[in-house]
Amino acid sequence: MIKVENLHKHFGKLEVLKGIDYEVQEKEVVCVIGPSGSGKSTFLRCMNLLEEVTDGAIYINGVQINDPKTNINEIRTEVGMVFQQFNLFPHMSVIDNITMAPMQIRNLNKQDAEQLAMELLDKVGLREKADNYPQQLSGGQQQRVAIARALAMKPKVMLFDEPTSALDPEMVKEVLEVMKNLAKEGMTMVVVTHEMGFAREVGDRVLFMDGGYIVEQGHPEDVFGNPQNERTKAFLGKVL
Amino acid sequence: MEFFDFFRWEIIWNYRELYAKGLWATIVLTACGYIGGIIFGLLLGLGQVSKKKLIYWPAKIYVDVFRGTPLLVQLLLIHLAVIPTIFGSSQGWWVSGIVGLILNSAAYNAEIFRAGIQSIDKGQMEAARSLGLTHSQAMRKVILPQAFRRMIPPLGNEFIALLKDSSLVTVIAGAEILYVSKVVAGTYQRFWEPYLFAAFLYLVLTYAVTKLVAFIEKRVDINYNPRKKKERA
Repeated sequence: MIKVENLHKHFGKLEVLKGIDYEVQEKEVVCVIGPSGSGKSTFLRCMNLLEEVTDGAIYINGVQINDPKTNINEIRTEVGMVFQQFNLFPHMSVIDNITMAPMQIRNLNKQDAEQLAMELLDKVGLREKADNYPQQLSGGQQQRVAIARALAMKPKVMLFDEPTSALDPEMVKEVLEVMKNLAKEGMTMVVVTHEMGFAREVGDRVLFMDGGYIVEQGHPEDVFGNPQNERTKAFLGKVL
Repeated sequence: MEFFDFFRWEIIWNYRELYAKGLWATIVLTACGYIGGIIFGLLLGLGQVSKKKLIYWPAKIYVDVFRGTPLLVQLLLIHLAVIPTIFGSSQGWWVSGIVGLILNSAAYNAEIFRAGIQSIDKGQMEAARSLGLTHSQAMRKVILPQAFRRMIPPLGNEFIALLKDSSLVTVIAGAEILYVSKVVAGTYQRFWEPYLFAAFLYLVLTYAVTKLVAFIEKRVDINYNPRKKKERA
């Protein structure tokens, strides 16, 4: 579904990704863990070209997305993204946040778009907040709206960039719950996270990144239960 | 009361029709200059945030030149040199005055638009683009509506500044408030009444604009939501 080949990313002189190869299978939930500065967020952001790729290739459903001839806007409609800081549009009500992109890009009429939005709000348990504005919502609620907004484009893959890192502890669970349900429904997901419990329970694969490389990968039980690499051991020793 | 006896307000009254015309000229000059300046300024401001060098540099140079030179000089150049050269003859102070005010205020507005656009968190653009919106769709639907709210106070200030700067059109014989006052002063050889009255008229106008801006600011406040909660099935 997503194939990454020899991905390099430089920020000026700083090399953040030093050659990443990975393939995300359909319906797979891949959790990316690792210390901060390891390049995991950059890796994720390269997958919908929010970061320009310095070298290497990324294919989504066989289309090379970092080819200049590819229409990246079309690709992005298939790849939903959820941000650490939610990034809801503060000048729009919750329902307008969700309906905007389908109406702009998919040319849905207002009625159909709102119906879709209400279904998605049901899914994330926020139907009654449709007419509120983002700043009237708690962090957890905002992040759930952000997930609904991404789902409104009916993406084939969802990327999560530390979706619970900006949340108060008591709100983490409600967001993870929504993500868990999404995984159960068979959504392909790549999740950069510090929630080891989530990675262990929901992830099909866990990638441990450090220093711009994927240092270790495997089934969560193996990576968490029996890490092979010294750096993985050291990291898990600190966070678990 | 002696102080008031000193003034001969009937001078103003005698020239009321001319003052009315001058007031109208000031309002029209300012309104045209402002609207044109907003439209042109928005284009320049977008140019200044563009990554394309061919768009960025002309916009940047334009803004620097027009902000770095006095409006008075610009008006004289436009009226006496630029327009006669292009059209073969002067097109009158209305044309020169409005063109000068537009070109000048556009440069200031461009800076306001640039700063407003750049003040929006870059996560907003990323979120919009990640949904598949093009850059210009994201600008129109997400960035500009938020940036406009922040631009209202400085754009209001710019309106007031332009209103007062429109008095400079007097040097190309534009018959606005100040010009009328000069005529009256010359006729009567009295200076208190006509210039005080001119100052008074400008004060009334700027006060009205201040109130208007405050009203608009309140209306577009993010918490102001006249829409009633809809009943949803």
